[in-house]
Amino acid sequence: MKKFLAQTYLWILLILLYAPLIFIAIFSFTEARVLGNWTGFSTQLYENLFTGNVNGSASLISAVRNTFIIAIVAALISTVLGTLAAIGIHNLRGRKKSTMLFLNNIPMLNPDIITGVSLFLLFVFLRISQGYATVVLAHVTFCTPYVVLSVLPRITQLSPNTYEAALDLGATPMQALWKVIVPQLRPGMVSGFFLAFTMSLDDFAVTFFTRGTIGLDTLSTFIYTDARKGGLTPELRPLMTLIFLIILILLVIINVRQAKQQNSIKNK
Amino acid sequence: MVNRDVIIDIRHLSKSFGDKKVLDDINFYIRRGEFITLLGPSGCGKTTTLRIIAGFVEPTEGQVLLDGKDISGIPPYQRPLNTVFQRYALFPHLDVYDNIAFGLKLKNVPEDEIDKKVRKVLKLVSMSDYESRDVDSLSGGQQQRVAIARALVNQPKVLLLDEPLAALDLKMRKDMQIELKEMHEKLGITFIYVTHDQEEALTLSDTIVVMNEGKIQQIGTPTDIYNEPQNEFVADFIGESNILNGTMLCDRKVNFVDHDFDCVDEGFGENVPVDVVVRPEDVEIRKDQSKAEFFGTVSSCTFKGVFYQIFVNTETGFELMVQNYRKYDVGEKVGMQIQPGNIQVMRKPRIRNTFNGEIIDNTHVCFLGESFECKPTELKAGTEVKVEVEFKNIDLQDHQEEGTVNGEVHFILYKGDHYHLTVLTESGEHVYVDTQDIWDKGDLVGINIAARDIKIGKIDE
Amino acid sequence: MSKRHNWSIPYFVFMVLFVVLPLLLVAVYAFQDGNGRFTFANIVRFFSDSNALSTFALSIEVAIENTVLCILIGYPAAWLLANRKYNRSAVTIILFILPMWINALMRTLATAELFNILGVQLGKGTLLYGMVYDYLPFMIYPIYTILQKMDKSYAEAAEDLGATPSQVFWKVTVPLSMPGVRSGILMVFMPTVSTFAISEFLTNNKIKLFGTIIQENINSSMWNYGAALALIMLLIIGISTLFNKNDGEEAESSLI
Repeated sequence: MKKFLAQTYLWILLILLYAPLIFIAIFSFTEARVLGNWTGFSTQLYENLFTGNVNGSASLISAVRNTFIIAIVAALISTVLGTLAAIGIHNLRGRKKSTMLFLNNIPMLNPDIITGVSLFLLFVFLRISQGYATVVLAHVTFCTPYVVLSVLPRITQLSPNTYEAALDLGATPMQALWKVIVPQLRPGMVSGFFLAFTMSLDDFAVTFFTRGTIGLDTLSTFIYTDARKGGLTPELRPLMTLIFLIILILLVIINVRQAKQQNSIKNK
Repeated sequence: MVNRDVIIDIRHLSKSFGDKKVLDDINFYIRRGEFITLLGPSGCGKTTTLRIIAGFVEPTEGQVLLDGKDISGIPPYQRPLNTVFQRYALFPHLDVYDNIAFGLKLKNVPEDEIDKKVRKVLKLVSMSDYESRDVDSLSGGQQQRVAIARALVNQPKVLLLDEPLAALDLKMRKDMQIELKEMHEKLGITFIYVTHDQEEALTLSDTIVVMNEGKIQQIGTPTDIYNEPQNEFVADFIGESNILNGTMLCDRKVNFVDHDFDCVDEGFGENVPVDVVVRPEDVEIRKDQSKAEFFGTVSSCTFKGVFYQIFVNTETGFELMVQNYRKYDVGEKVGMQIQPGNIQVMRKPRIRNTFNGEIIDNTHVCFLGESFECKPTELKAGTEVKVEVEFKNIDLQDHQEEGTVNGEVHFILYKGDHYHLTVLTESGEHVYVDTQDIWDKGDLVGINIAARDIKIGKIDE
Repeated sequence: MSKRHNWSIPYFVFMVLFVVLPLLLVAVYAFQDGNGRFTFANIVRFFSDSNALSTFALSIEVAIENTVLCILIGYPAAWLLANRKYNRSAVTIILFILPMWINALMRTLATAELFNILGVQLGKGTLLYGMVYDYLPFMIYPIYTILQKMDKSYAEAAEDLGATPSQVFWKVTVPLSMPGVRSGILMVFMPTVSTFAISEFLTNNKIKLFGTIIQENINSSMWNYGAALALIMLLIIGISTLFNKNDGEEAESSLI
């Protein structure tokens, strides 16, 4: 009985959490311009999304492209910057170390709107015209701390003396770093990269304030302006459905792999 | 002059980390092909010495000569030395083969030659079938072999081993000791070995360098070190021993445990206080009391696998540790005898505490960084004086706040009827204390000295 | 190895330029008028504008209500998910955090649309529903993580000492899970104070939150007043972070 109540509770929560998503998914299979109107089954919206020849969907596709380009570039820069920083921070001591860790925490604790407004003021102050570059810089600002935090524990867990062992075997410091340290940090860098990537994909407020007036749109800002105009571009529905499915599949794969790894570690 | 026989020469090596001096004027040389062991408790500076030789640590002062040439300033990756690290430091992202080939690949050795060398060295460490294994899947002993192979494949002039067996279990450690010894004999490479395990050092080495607190205590062959320890520290650290206060009566005659013994030492002078070391296996014990030199009562008897470890209280009130193959009952009266050749006599490094002090006023003197009350003195304030205090007159307190000076118990020596402690004060000076009380190493203590026990003398020029 | 700490210098410079300097600029702009002269006028304007003040109060109120609702709904969920008796599969927790990866604006719009279809009047009720909907996973996850890592022997020890199941829950489990709750609060409260898009969508712009007026001022080029409002929000965030000292890091790193 207790178990039944418990599961009912969890299921109700899940249904409420997924209701809007399922709602979108269902209405991605009809042509109606307004969400909630059912005008018969159709895959027209999916076709529009991929061909991009209906007005609105072209700018949607460019917004999607922008989103991904910005996310990949920002995540790459964050990964390099964050990994270097993590190695540096690991080798710092005392006050300097805690200062760096404190600075690293600020962008994570800052609400998006503060990060956005403050960077907006910076670009205005420095008279930097806003566009792609400023959005990427802004994204690097709030993504890098996550890379630092996912690489740092890897450095602490480095098997002891491997760097010195490499030097001992004739590697120069650069070779030792590249051939011995980086491969050991790779899992942390990879998870840092993906974290940065998803943070960037998901961002709305920071992009909103730093994209300037050149008409640069990411998915979030596109949806926001679209919604403020009144009607939502209907092609968003199939897009969201597809993104949802891709993420679901990715997460399941990652978790199954993790579970397998953990099992094989336990079995050792 | 360059001695062809010497491969490494360590000269006046000192190292400080911040204020802490971890190496203090270390001097020794290593012969070509020798198996030399740096032995000492943790923190004695043995690993730092090794890391200076390998190039990971820069000495504060001094030089390391390799084949007569100073190699200070040469980075580790250009030194013809290789190291086997304490926890192996195998690269977790590479398999066994790639770990071993790492150094050769960096030197751009041709593939087929790498292959040949790796296989040869794998055979040497009996790991031939493990080439493509993941290093994390190997046991401790196997990882150890790979670490040795990875170092040896580069044909170093000297192999440095930093406590390589410390992480293995006892059985494995014994097997690996034999293998290391065989490997050394087969390859003829110089081995520099660091360990805190005295048994390992005695088993493996041609030469042992005993270190403590950044200083060399004794250099010698294992038998020298065991049979003729040069000071209390070595005697206590290497093997089990009875270390006792004694008096050298005249040449070949020494008194300890209130009994006169014949010995083989000469040249100490007459009635000179000395330290006497007797190994527990050298105390002959028997039930038949007629042929004995001195007598006692068994207070405990514990079986140790091969022999019994027996504690005997002598009639004169000293406790001796004895090893024997026979079992004795607690309370049993026994007779004992020691052969003259088995009595090791050492000159005492000091017979009382001596400090540098300064008179404050006619009843106070300052030493160990604090003011002590003393007997009235005629000397003027500000006079620099020599302060002497007998070991037994130093009073230790459990609580630091109860003492005039604070310190930490640093070294404990049992002398049969009392403990001889070395206490390190906050000012960094040593205070030596004789006491009946039991203290532990690392205990924080307060130090008091009564006014009547402080003897003030002029500084002799 | 000794010079390796210098590698943090590029990041340090980057942080000073893109984190510290911008925050200082917020403060500088907040105390300037349109011509760059020093003034308290922006701050005074906020405290004398009853509209702005009531928006501010409403934002705090909504954020607190949202946080409390998230705890009340999320804690039992996290507890059930972490309890082997009720949930054996690791996939269930994934299902709960999966929506976090879907664009929040899109989910919010869909929720608003659902309310429209069901004929529910958009207002404070729907706003709170949407907020809880958006932020609930951020409360469940840290609590779940800490409950799952918790050593079972604490509960067993309490039982052994005579505690009933409900006593075990209130006297052992809940106190030990407080760090998770605190991280959850940090991750729910702060974004809710500052959000603007969600409130605009879910109330049809009828109810304005503090984030919205910051956004409107910045977008209509009233930078100085916008900066002053941002500075006030920054103070609120700073104060609530101080209460949660150290937990911030845990909260964020628990997501990694």
